[in-house]
Amino acid sequence: MKQDKTYVEDVNRAFYDFRYEDGDSYKVESGLTREIIEQISREKNDPDWMREFRLRSLEIFHAMKMPVWGPSVEGLDMDNIVTYVRPNTERMHTKWEDVPQNIKDTFERLGIPQSERESLAGVGAQYDSELVYHNVRKEVAEQGVVYTDLESAMRGEYADMIRSHFMKLVPPTDHKFAALHGAVWSGGSFVYVPPGASVEIPLQSYFRLNAAGAGQFEHTLIIVDKGAHLHFIEGCSAPKYNVANLHAGCVELYVGEDASLRYSTIENWSKNMYNLNTKRARVEKGGRIEWVSGSFGSHVSYLYPMSILAGEGAQCEFTGVTFAGEGQDLDTGCKIVHGAPDTTSHVNTRSISKSGGVSTFRSAVVVTEKAAGSKSSVSCQSLMLDDISRSDTIPAMDVRTGRADIGHEARIGRISDEAVFYLMSRGLSEEDARALIVSGFAENVSKELPLEYAVEMNNLIRIEMKGAIG
Amino acid sequence: MGTELLRAEDLYVSAEDREILHGVSLRIGRGETHVIMGPNGAGKSTLAGALMGDPSYEVTGGRIFFEGEELQDLSASERARRGLFLSFQNPVEVPGISLENFIRSALEQRTGKKIRIWEFRKQVRKVLETLQMDQSYAERDLNVGFSGGEKKKAEILQMLLLGPALAILDETDSGLDVDAVRTVSQGIREFQKDKSASLLVITHNAAILNSLEVDAVHILADGRIVASGGRELIPAVEEEGFARFEDPQREEAGA
Repeated sequence: MKQDKTYVEDVNRAFYDFRYEDGDSYKVESGLTREIIEQISREKNDPDWMREFRLRSLEIFHAMKMPVWGPSVEGLDMDNIVTYVRPNTERMHTKWEDVPQNIKDTFERLGIPQSERESLAGVGAQYDSELVYHNVRKEVAEQGVVYTDLESAMRGEYADMIRSHFMKLVPPTDHKFAALHGAVWSGGSFVYVPPGASVEIPLQSYFRLNAAGAGQFEHTLIIVDKGAHLHFIEGCSAPKYNVANLHAGCVELYVGEDASLRYSTIENWSKNMYNLNTKRARVEKGGRIEWVSGSFGSHVSYLYPMSILAGEGAQCEFTGVTFAGEGQDLDTGCKIVHGAPDTTSHVNTRSISKSGGVSTFRSAVVVTEKAAGSKSSVSCQSLMLDDISRSDTIPAMDVRTGRADIGHEARIGRISDEAVFYLMSRGLSEEDARALIVSGFAENVSKELPLEYAVEMNNLIRIEMKGAIG
Repeated sequence: MGTELLRAEDLYVSAEDREILHGVSLRIGRGETHVIMGPNGAGKSTLAGALMGDPSYEVTGGRIFFEGEELQDLSASERARRGLFLSFQNPVEVPGISLENFIRSALEQRTGKKIRIWEFRKQVRKVLETLQMDQSYAERDLNVGFSGGEKKKAEILQMLLLGPALAILDETDSGLDVDAVRTVSQGIREFQKDKSASLLVITHNAAILNSLEVDAVHILADGRIVASGGRELIPAVEEEGFARFEDPQREEAGA
C-alpha cells in the first residue's frame, strides 16, 4: 500500500494511526525488577560490563525521584510499562524483502523504503525494542562510515569505542529517566564517521512503537571524527492506544575537531505517549552541531537537547518548532554550555498551542569563566490559536565571564484576523488560511529540513489544524 | 449597459458598533468599470470590505447580490470562488509561501483542478514583465519585505492571474509614485481587455483613471453616494474637490 506524501491536501490521521496485532512477539513482564533487567540482558546477549551497567542503572532509577518541576507524569505507572518487546523476527535484515510482512508494511506506509531509494544514504528501522532493518549505501560504507545497530557494534571492532562513549555524556545519574534508559535500553543506532569523511546525503533512523503499554528506549550514539561531516535524521511515530506508552530514548553525539553534525528530528508520537527523551552533544574545537527539531506528538514531553561547546570556537545552532494541541503538555527547549573561548550559539524556536494545549519553552545558556569572547542569541516566538491554550517561556542565563555577548528575545502572539481575511479573499477556506499562516510561522524549521520532510511537517500542521475552527 | 453582475441595495454597514455606510446602492453590469471617489473617512474601504465579506464589518441593513445570488451568508472565500476579488490597501505579509505558489494554490482551490507548474510559471513571468516587477518576486514569500509599491503591484498581479469577474481596487494608487501609478494602470487596462471583466475602482486621486475606460463615477461622502454620473465627474472633483458634493442640498451632479 502506497501513501502519497506529495500533496498536502491528501492527509488524514490514518497515515500514522494504524497498528498490527503483536501476538507473536516476545515480551518481558511489565514493571521494573532485577529479574526483568537480567532477562533483557540475557535476551540481548550483553557483554558483562553492560549487564552490570544495567543493574547499577536500575538501582539509581529506584533511588531517584520523579521530576516535579515540569508537566505532570502522574499518568505514567512504571509497573504497567513493558520495557522490552522483541518483534517477531530473529535478527536485523539488510534487505526489506527479508523483513516480516506486517513490519515491512508499516514502514512502507510511513514511506521509509521509498525515501531510502530516493534521498538517503542509509536507513535504520526499529520496531518496538529491536532494529529490524539497517542498511547503508555502498559508496558511503566505502568511505569507512559505520552505520549499524549498537548491539552488534558492541561485540565487533568498535567494542572499545562504544564502551568508552556509552552514557558518558548522559550518565544514568543525570535524572530518573536517564537511569531507566541505562537499565532497559534496547535498539538504536551507532554511527562512526572517520576523520575527513563527508556523508553528503542524510542517514535516517526511524523508530516505530507498535505495542500497547510498552516503552521504547533506543540509544543513538554518533561519533563524527576530526573534519568529518554528517546529517542524521531521526523520525518516530506510534499508533494511539488508551494506555500510556513511554519513550525514554537517549542520544549521544560526539562532534570532533572541525567536524560538523546536523541532527534533525520530526517527532510524531501518538497522544498517549510520555516522551521523556534525553539528547546531548559534545563539540570539540572548531566543530559545529546543528539541531533541527519538530515536536508534534505525545501527551507529555520533556525534551531539551543539550550542547556542550567544549573546544575553542565550537558552534551550536538550534532550530525548533513545537505544536501542542488538545490534551498535550509539551515542555521543550534546549541547553547550551559555553565551556571554551569564542564559542557561539544561536537558538531560534517557534511554539504553537491550540485547543487547550500547553507549550512551554525552557532554555538554559551557561557561559563558564573559560568562555571569554563567546556569543549567544536566543529567540523564541509563540503563537496561541485560541483563548484556552497556553504558552510559556522560561529562559535562563548563567554568564560567568565579563566578555560575552548574550541576547534574548521572546514574542507571543495570535493569528491576525486581517491575515485570515486576506487569504480567504483569494479563495482559501478559513481552515486552509489558518494552516498556511501556521506553516509560515513554523517555516524556520521546515526550511532547514530536506524537502520531503518539510512536506511531512506541513502535513502534520495541517492534521493538527483540522477542526481548529469554531 | 451590460447585464447585471453586482447589485447592492440600500446597504447599512457598521464597524465596531459605529454605523459607517447609511444606505448605499450600487449596480455594476458585466464588463463595466465603476469608480468610487470620496474624501478620507467617507466609507470607501468599508464598502469594499462589506462587498468582499470582511468579518470586521457588520452589514446591518440592505442586501448584496452577485450574479443574482445573495451574498449575505457567504464567507470571503466563497465570494472569491464566485468571482469577487479585492485588491487591499494594505496587503498582509505571509511568510512560508511564495507569491507564485500562493496564486497557483488559490487558483487550484477555486477551480478544483491541478495547474501545470511550468505553464503557470510562464504566465506569471509575462505578468511580472507587464507590471515591471523583477522576476525574482515570483519566488519571494507573499508580500514579505515588499515595498509599498511592490505590494500594490503584487495585488494587480494576483488580479490578472486569478481572473475574477469583478475586481474591487481599494486605493491601489495610494502611496505610489507617478511611474508606479502608470504601471499599475497599465495592468488594470490589461484586465479591461477581457470585455466581460468588471471593475470597481476606489480612489481619491484622478491620476490612475486617466488612461482607463470608465463607465460610471460615484461620489461617496459621509457614508452615502451623493452623486453619480459619467467620466465628467472626475475633472469636477479635480478642480473643485469634494466639498461641493458634501453639501447635503446636492443630490445630483453632472449629467
